[in-house]
Amino acid sequence: MAQHLKSSSSKSAFLNILKHKLGFVSPSHGARHLRQNLPHGPPSIGVSQNPISRLCNTMAEKLSGIGFHEDVNNQVMDFPGGRIAFTPEIQFISESNKERVPCYRVLDDNGQLITNSQFVQVSEEVAVKIYSDMVTLQIMDNIFYEAQRQGRLSFYATTIGEEAINIASAAALTPEDVIFPQYREPGVLLWRGFTLQEFANQCFGNKSDNGKGRQMPVHYGSNKLNYFTVSATIATQLPNAVGAAYSLKMDRKDACAVTFFGDGGSSEGDFHGALNFAAVMEAPVLFICRNNGWAISTPTSDQFRSDGVVVKGRAYGIRSIRVDGNDALAMYSALCEAREMAIREQRPILIEALTYRVGHHSTSDDSTRYRSADEIEWWSKARNPLSRFRTWIESNGWWRDEAESDLRCRIKKEMLEALRVAEKSEKPNLKEMFSDVYDVPPSNLREQELLVRQTIKSHPQDYPSDVPL
Amino acid sequence: MAALLGRLCRKLVFPGTTHGAKRLSTSACESDTVKSLNLYSAINQALHIALETDPRSYVFGEDVGFGGVFRCTTGLAERFGKNRVFNTPLCEQGIVGFGIGLAAMGNRAIVEIQFADYIYPAFDQIVNEAAKFRYRSGNQFNCGGLTIRAPYGAVGHGGHYHSQSPEAFFCHVPGIKVVIPRSPREAKGLLLSCIRDPNPVVFFEPKWLYRQAVEEVPEHDYMIPLSEAEVIKEGNDITLVGWGAQLTIMEQACLDAEKEGISCELIDLKTLLPWDKETVEASVKKTGRLLISHEAPVTGGFGAEISATILERCFLKLEAPVSRVCGLDTPFPLVFEPFYMPTKNKILDAIKSTVNY
Repeated sequence: MAQHLKSSSSKSAFLNILKHKLGFVSPSHGARHLRQNLPHGPPSIGVSQNPISRLCNTMAEKLSGIGFHEDVNNQVMDFPGGRIAFTPEIQFISESNKERVPCYRVLDDNGQLITNSQFVQVSEEVAVKIYSDMVTLQIMDNIFYEAQRQGRLSFYATTIGEEAINIASAAALTPEDVIFPQYREPGVLLWRGFTLQEFANQCFGNKSDNGKGRQMPVHYGSNKLNYFTVSATIATQLPNAVGAAYSLKMDRKDACAVTFFGDGGSSEGDFHGALNFAAVMEAPVLFICRNNGWAISTPTSDQFRSDGVVVKGRAYGIRSIRVDGNDALAMYSALCEAREMAIREQRPILIEALTYRVGHHSTSDDSTRYRSADEIEWWSKARNPLSRFRTWIESNGWWRDEAESDLRCRIKKEMLEALRVAEKSEKPNLKEMFSDVYDVPPSNLREQELLVRQTIKSHPQDYPSDVPL
Repeated sequence: MAALLGRLCRKLVFPGTTHGAKRLSTSACESDTVKSLNLYSAINQALHIALETDPRSYVFGEDVGFGGVFRCTTGLAERFGKNRVFNTPLCEQGIVGFGIGLAAMGNRAIVEIQFADYIYPAFDQIVNEAAKFRYRSGNQFNCGGLTIRAPYGAVGHGGHYHSQSPEAFFCHVPGIKVVIPRSPREAKGLLLSCIRDPNPVVFFEPKWLYRQAVEEVPEHDYMIPLSEAEVIKEGNDITLVGWGAQLTIMEQACLDAEKEGISCELIDLKTLLPWDKETVEASVKKTGRLLISHEAPVTGGFGAEISATILERCFLKLEAPVSRVCGLDTPFPLVFEPFYMPTKNKILDAIKSTVNY
């Protein structure tokens, strides 16, 4: 998709501004400068002034000019990992920057374009699709949630409040980019063409479910749409995405791997392992953290003591950005840039999208038990990602009230029909319980299937009647 | 061109994709040249062949670049390049997780875990991701190209963290396969089968045999089928079942037992998951007695699974209880290793008491 920066600055200037704002090239993030009384005092302890070069500080042979020269006494810190300037002062790197990493946004809370903001231009068609898909996702979530409350569905988890992250990031990617989701990113599937019926089929685990009825609702997966099947284990998908990215790199594909996780997920060991691997392997992978403030009932203050997740990228040598996750245009722009960087430079990028989990963690959770209803209400109404983007597209003349009501009406109808059809549909055949454990069922499974079938004959009342035999 | 050749080669060596794949007879194939090799060299040969025959295969893990701490990966990086054979950071969950992702994209990811004792950080990835990847996706995705190799077992001085036999943990995980070779020739053929099997496999290599065991190993590309146990010594009075390095010990016990007029049938299970019940059952129905031996602690060890299954299938044919001669229920000790191990004489005593029951 053709895109260009909507700004008078060049793209590299944009990148430089971003990096500068992030403090990527800032030499003094908390570290004190060397005293002036050293004879040929090296300039400030800092990183390479070249914004494109990597921090090669672990590879002695890739020594780049860090910008200092050996002094008369020939004292150089030349431990494995490259040369380092020394200091005779006891200096601790502060546990945090003086200021939090700023957050990239383009639309203000009211959906007005911020002056001098830099963003990637989006066509009317794409913008309208972004908005419509956000609306569709919202309606789908509400209807599925209600269906669970009514006992029609066993379980559901909404994405309410995080529609912009879902849809706008998907819009910035191409269909060849492979997705490794957590479980709150059905919008990416939606963008790519997963139908409401397909969502409903998985939630009901019927015979049309891609997953053949094996997993709980919202554990979607689609080979056709390059969206790997959801697993409930937190952050396990992160290192998988790195391996997939490496594959894309080796196959020289114009594509990257993209993986999502939450603020909670960033505490898992797999987060650490994945980021470190991605940096070392120079894998084109986007790590998108939906920092929505909560991991079930655990607020971020109980999750980490860093400035969120964005600062962790640097620890691994990974370029990072913090974005307003409720600003669809900012998300779209940041993702476009990140994707391009990842593929062109064969490197990972960490994106921390700040947002708020408006819904409960899932239908098994009542979040009013650990946060105020007012807080939820405020984020739901005043900080709604949909209304912000709607204001912007309306200001461009690309959307009207009429279109809104038409859309909502149509989607609601489609959704209810999809539910109805999915609910009535047969479950997968019993044989699907035993298939796909391996490529071919081994003898123990063939044996067990026979035993189960015998048992069913003897005690049919113990078994659900909607699973065909 | 290389990719095309790779595909052709794959066709040649894939007689079938089921676990009962036809055995490529070692005598009937392209070349009959054999070479005297130890275990790590045989494994090294298998890895060379694997990488040669499939350009989308990779070998990685800690320290594999220079040849690995046990030299199993010698020469691979030089020959196939650092993009395909590389060191990873020290992080087993990352190594296996990365391998799963590579395999999920249709590559063969041959992962080395430096010692089986260190495989546990990767247990979540193995159990919750690798083992369920195909099933949970409704067969839309799979990571069958994943093979995890790890040295396991006693080495004489390994203590808690260089001697473990963790196979039982993995045998309890539907969706993966667990394979343990007993010798260099077996290792090469089994490893190639594991690498080419369309399911994720954990391959435990008996480190004690890396240098100790030397055997004539055919130089060509051959595969030994998975889930097929082998009767390596026929007998009539008692069936012994084992795997890996333990078979050497069991073989010695059998020879001693023979001197006392007891005829032993010795079976190498080779694949523990899914295991070949039929071969063991047929043997026990003949002999009426079963003895299982493994280094891993006896409680909850894989011997318990074999015992329970054989009891179910052969109860009326059994002349004596199933005997298990295994490691003790302690962490693997250093100074006390000789006391811990299921030694030849422990096995011999058990053979005799089973026969005389």
